[in-house]
Amino acid sequence: MRIAVASGKGGTGKTTVATNLALHHMRQGRKVAFVDCDVEEPNAHLFLKPEMDDGTEVHMPVPVFDDDACLGEECRKCVELCRFKALIWMAGSVMPFTEMCHGCGLCKLACPADAISEGTRAVGHAYRGQLPGLTFHKGLMRIGEAMAPPLIRELKERATEDASNADIVLLDCPPGASCPVVQSLENVDFAVLVTEPTPFGLHDLGIAVKLLRKLDIPFGAVINRDGMGIDAHAHLRENGIDLLGTVPHSIEAAETYSRGEMLYDASPELEQAFTAIAERIESKAGGAV
Amino acid sequence: MKQLVVISGKGGTGKTSITAALAAVAENAVLADCDVDAADLHLVLDPEIDKEEDFYSGETPVFDADLCTQCGLCLDNCRFNAVSTDFQPIKENCEGCGVCEFICPSGAVSMHPRWCGVKRVSRTRFGPMVHAELGIGEENSGKLVTDVRRTSAEIAERDGAEFVIVDGSPGVGCPVIASLTGADACLLVAEPTVSAIHDLERVAELLKHFRLPSACVINKRGVNPELEECIIGFCEASGIPVVGSYPYDAAFNRAQSERMTVVEYDPEGFGLTTRNIWEEIKQFMV
Repeated sequence: MRIAVASGKGGTGKTTVATNLALHHMRQGRKVAFVDCDVEEPNAHLFLKPEMDDGTEVHMPVPVFDDDACLGEECRKCVELCRFKALIWMAGSVMPFTEMCHGCGLCKLACPADAISEGTRAVGHAYRGQLPGLTFHKGLMRIGEAMAPPLIRELKERATEDASNADIVLLDCPPGASCPVVQSLENVDFAVLVTEPTPFGLHDLGIAVKLLRKLDIPFGAVINRDGMGIDAHAHLRENGIDLLGTVPHSIEAAETYSRGEMLYDASPELEQAFTAIAERIESKAGGAV
Repeated sequence: MKQLVVISGKGGTGKTSITAALAAVAENAVLADCDVDAADLHLVLDPEIDKEEDFYSGETPVFDADLCTQCGLCLDNCRFNAVSTDFQPIKENCEGCGVCEFICPSGAVSMHPRWCGVKRVSRTRFGPMVHAELGIGEENSGKLVTDVRRTSAEIAERDGAEFVIVDGSPGVGCPVIASLTGADACLLVAEPTVSAIHDLERVAELLKHFRLPSACVINKRGVNPELEECIIGFCEASGIPVVGSYPYDAAFNRAQSERMTVVEYDPEGFGLTTRNIWEEIKQFMV
């Protein structure tokens, strides 16, 4: 079972819900694979605190030019065809700007002189971590890097390798509703949308809901910090969004979170809240698989 | 004219609420919402839309089933898994590279401009505002951010506004780079939690590339005094002045629910705090 935790907006408690669900399943004796898909700002490791390896560099393909074979200025096919402005004709040769390159391979396909081969460039690192009963995956994008999807793809491939040994795969998605989130949501069985009872939280939940309906992924919502602001329950009912459970608002919970500690262990009430959410997800997603 | 970008690394630290509060005390500013993925500034500033235009960026393929011979070359050569087994484009995965069009031997694929969202120019009670809405699941948010920033700067020049205040994007990737490119100064919003500090360190690293004058505001003061000291220490070591702080207080939520800035909601308390912060920011922006 592959469960993604997403939210549209940042700061609503995605990582809180994802990590506490992971802990719940571990306590139930299940094998969990956890993927932190937020490669720009990964935070789940701060809470689950797995033993991490030193990481492996993740690469994406970029073109390498053989200037002797290149037909030169009268051809320039690759420069004209590149949609990403990653190739520029300059001072008598093609100059690749590999940071702009999406690695599509069109230049290589198009070159009539076979002057283009493929090299790679590093976009970040992928790390593997362990806890008893849990395999943890984290990616860390190079700062200033624009290409998150190749790194997310690598993490998901690694998690797929683990999936044969895992009872549940949990994916902590990046914020927003654009390409990195779409990449994270590919092939999941069920999505948990975390929202908070504020106008911002509910507005961005609406965007995430539209995305999931478009991708045709079954989902439900968790209200984090329930009781802190406006009535999110009514909002969910009015919009036909299934409620999976709530995490009650408390200053103790905020303090526990601030220290990087797990809410599941902070109080019996919070443990119960996450247990209920996990059970509800299982009954919903069970039918979806 | 000076462009100030408010960023935070981590989402949910109060970036948008603080941007709105600054908008309320800055006189003569143009506002820009560059968090196009989760644009929320309009929920507080209640803009009246003057102009709305579609935003196109990149290309998207269209497959002509009549011409398609199902040879499979597009499927084999697409590196983004964006062609289905029944030879239709999978738009969510497509990067618009044009490999499918190039490789198709029967001319069944053509590339067309891709609609990515809308850009809006509006009026608010605190001045003009430029904002956008990214289409669901669309990419190219970096380009939309650049467009929003450029338009807000043009309006500021035209109106003789002194400042552009930009609600930036989260993260350290494409959208936030687009938010910061060409800005004059940056305000970091930090909250005293281990995750936010982790992200603050990443985003401060990014700022080094830009060499922008930067300052920091601490939000949610009181949740963890030890970590507040951590933020102050980190900022000192990084040469980022801390220009003020806001306590962890329900006022932010109540103000948001009433579609008000905290300055309007609590003029004496949060209003005064914001005025002091704004004075400090103006000092380091000059």
